[in-house]
Amino acid sequence: MSLRLDPREHAPLPLRLLVSLLAGLVALLLVAIPVMAAGANPLDAYVLMAQGAFGSMFALSETLNRATPLILTGLAAAVAFRARLWNIGAEGQLYMGALAAVLVGSGFLQLPGPLAIPAIMLAGFLAGGLMMVIPAMLKLRFGADEVVITLLLNFVVILFIQMLIEGPLKDPLAMGWPQSVPLVAEARFDKLIPRLRMHWGLVIGLVAALILWLMVKRTVLGFEIKAVGENKAAARFAGIPVDATMLKVALISGGLAGLAGVGEVAGVKGYLSADLSPGFGYSGIVVAMLAGLSPIGSVLAAIFIAAVFVGADSMSRATGISNYLADLVVALSLLCVLVGSFFLRFRLRWQSRQEV
Amino acid sequence: MTEPNLLLSLTNITKRFGALVANDDISLDLREGEILALLGENGAGKTTLMNILFGHYVQDDGIVRVRTDAEGMTTLPPGSPGAALAAGVGMVHQHFTLAENLSGLDNIRLGTEALLSFGQRATARARIEKIIAVSGLEVDIDRRVADLTVGEKQRVEILKALYRDARVLILDEPTAVLTPQEAEGLFAVLRRLAANGLGVIFISHKLGEVLAVSHRIMVLRAGRKAGELTTAEADRRAIADLMVGKALAEVTRTPGSIGKALLEFDNVCLGKPSTRTALRQVSFKLRAGEIVGLAGISGNGQTTIAALLSGLAVPDRGTLRLYGQPMTMTSPRRLVEAGVARMPEDRQHDGVVGTMSVAENIAIEEVRSPELSRLGFLDRNAMRARAESAIAAYDVRCPGPDAEARLLSGGNVQKLILARVLEREPRIILANQPTRGLDIGAQAEVHRRIIAARDRGAAVLVISEDLDELFALADRFLVVHAGEVAEAGPADTLDRATIGLMMAGQSRTTEPLAQ
Repeated sequence: MSLRLDPREHAPLPLRLLVSLLAGLVALLLVAIPVMAAGANPLDAYVLMAQGAFGSMFALSETLNRATPLILTGLAAAVAFRARLWNIGAEGQLYMGALAAVLVGSGFLQLPGPLAIPAIMLAGFLAGGLMMVIPAMLKLRFGADEVVITLLLNFVVILFIQMLIEGPLKDPLAMGWPQSVPLVAEARFDKLIPRLRMHWGLVIGLVAALILWLMVKRTVLGFEIKAVGENKAAARFAGIPVDATMLKVALISGGLAGLAGVGEVAGVKGYLSADLSPGFGYSGIVVAMLAGLSPIGSVLAAIFIAAVFVGADSMSRATGISNYLADLVVALSLLCVLVGSFFLRFRLRWQSRQEV
Repeated sequence: MTEPNLLLSLTNITKRFGALVANDDISLDLREGEILALLGENGAGKTTLMNILFGHYVQDDGIVRVRTDAEGMTTLPPGSPGAALAAGVGMVHQHFTLAENLSGLDNIRLGTEALLSFGQRATARARIEKIIAVSGLEVDIDRRVADLTVGEKQRVEILKALYRDARVLILDEPTAVLTPQEAEGLFAVLRRLAANGLGVIFISHKLGEVLAVSHRIMVLRAGRKAGELTTAEADRRAIADLMVGKALAEVTRTPGSIGKALLEFDNVCLGKPSTRTALRQVSFKLRAGEIVGLAGISGNGQTTIAALLSGLAVPDRGTLRLYGQPMTMTSPRRLVEAGVARMPEDRQHDGVVGTMSVAENIAIEEVRSPELSRLGFLDRNAMRARAESAIAAYDVRCPGPDAEARLLSGGNVQKLILARVLEREPRIILANQPTRGLDIGAQAEVHRRIIAARDRGAAVLVISEDLDELFALADRFLVVHAGEVAEAGPADTLDRATIGLMMAGQSRTTEPLAQ
């Protein structure tokens, strides 16, 4: 008997869902091993995790609060990856979006009240978008690798932000803490439910997912992005403006990551600090991969990843196991989904081999 | 007369790729001094069979046996090219496997012996020169391979096989890259080699050359042996029917009525002048109601001309006039909107997006037109309706408009592209290698469509490496060589030999230029 691989003609939707679901489950199963090594019962640990993530209104709010930036950075990665534009810089774009929100919304500019929120969103979108448009232009013009550029820009941006919040943007009333001046009250997102941290950024994320879904399925732009991503030569030959499409994708992708930063500043913290994002930009890549680059799937994947983080924190408090387990689950689910995507392209078959 | 020794014997070879049976129970014998032609359309299983013989693929069933000594035959272990080489099987691939920066001599020795060893070089040279003298494979083995012509490179490949004591020589589509004259030279060499006892397997899909060179013909069709006959008793028509499996209707054409020039190249230069593909002062006209055939060995500037006509490039110098107007800006979309139909040379790579549906691929050039989208939103129903009528009108064999284009065979991809570009009733048509790799049935269909478009008044440029195709289609010939385009005249004043000489770079002086 030998194992053989046959290419699949088509991967149906249920199979794709199953692969993402199994990837998450297998990751949790594998993490049971270190949980046991830490001396806890994995089943108990996972029950505690689930309770910590979904067990109460407060837990649910924390999970959705955490999912909000992940939805946006997940969409940022999904839309770029669809066009084979490898945006690894959502983290930096998120911070640039947050910075733009603070610059526009902290009272330097006198904005009429109702315009404050649209203004910081637009500024954040453009700032994040610009951070991706520049690497995309370098790629188109000089063939520069966007993976390297966007990845390295993340560190440049963080250092730039640290410089600003220790210097010109430093809040004099923050008792020496390295944080920026706060947003004015009109530029803050309202909470969705009083006394819970969930805010309007979640709605923005959901609407963005819907718009993106519509764009992918129904619009000329979605059609062109698909053609450019799947076969650049044929797209160019058929008259699709490949470079312009890439730049649009870059603007949308970076802009979505920028919006994630706006949401964190306007919905959660109220000011910019260098610990605004615990890696939302990088986790967005996992979200997009788990979602199979689907916009709607990105929402579900973001909630899963957020639940793992929030649940692990709560489990950690109850059992004393380190909450690094959450990082382990996320990393393993990315690996599992990569393995799983192999099975979307091929099917395994056993066959008897006749010796010659 | 006793029967010559058996050199090679394939017995009941079967090879499957997934659901596709590439070789179905094929047996083949080759004797000393015999030239066996393996004939079949693309996808008939010729190359698969030879790759099994040479050990690139492992067969699912069947045995390969090769004569290794005077006594008898040895079974080759499956999947071992090394064993095949050691047993004296030599293969010349369609795409050469030579190191361009080494001399012919070093290429021949490469893989057999260390290049830096003392003394061996002189011995090797003596041996190769002897092989050259016996075989007639004239080539300067001290020149760098990069500086050799395609025909010379092929001779180096054959020398390489002979140097390794090949007793069976397999040539995969060897004439695809040669001029008719070079092909004649190759045939002479093969006859000489066969007379010295070598067994030759000659893979081809061109009937004429198979009849000219082989002793025996084996026809493959859809992975099975469709027939086997000696060349002496073969006749063109019968073999063609064996290849396709049905009688073919000949494509008929009547002379068209020629109108005014729709497209004009006026002293067009493009590309680095040091390269072969750069255009040098190219001037020609495409007129309404006329099919112009552009002949030439591949890599002489055809790609550059096609790029200009596809909207992917603009001239460095000179003028390109479309309907009398100079074109200064260009893009594929401008040309599409101006009524230029473009069939790409590499249809799988440039013609379709494999993971998009048939309907999307039919719509792709005009997705922004008001018929297919409004305010940036796609009209999926209109796309589907257009696809359904195109599938019916052009007989695109596919599961339906939503099937992914990568599932289509080459012929059906070409029909899809025809449907996409011809439905708009274009005024100018660029057909770049329109039937390369297609089976005879699909070829006839593509030719019929091109001729019909000409009869409707379109100006057509056909670029092809297949002279038979050009003679079947063209009203007038252009020949491109090293980036220069020469007018060869009306098709009925020309023969293959004349075109062949022009393809090799000799200008035509005996007859006055047309026009």
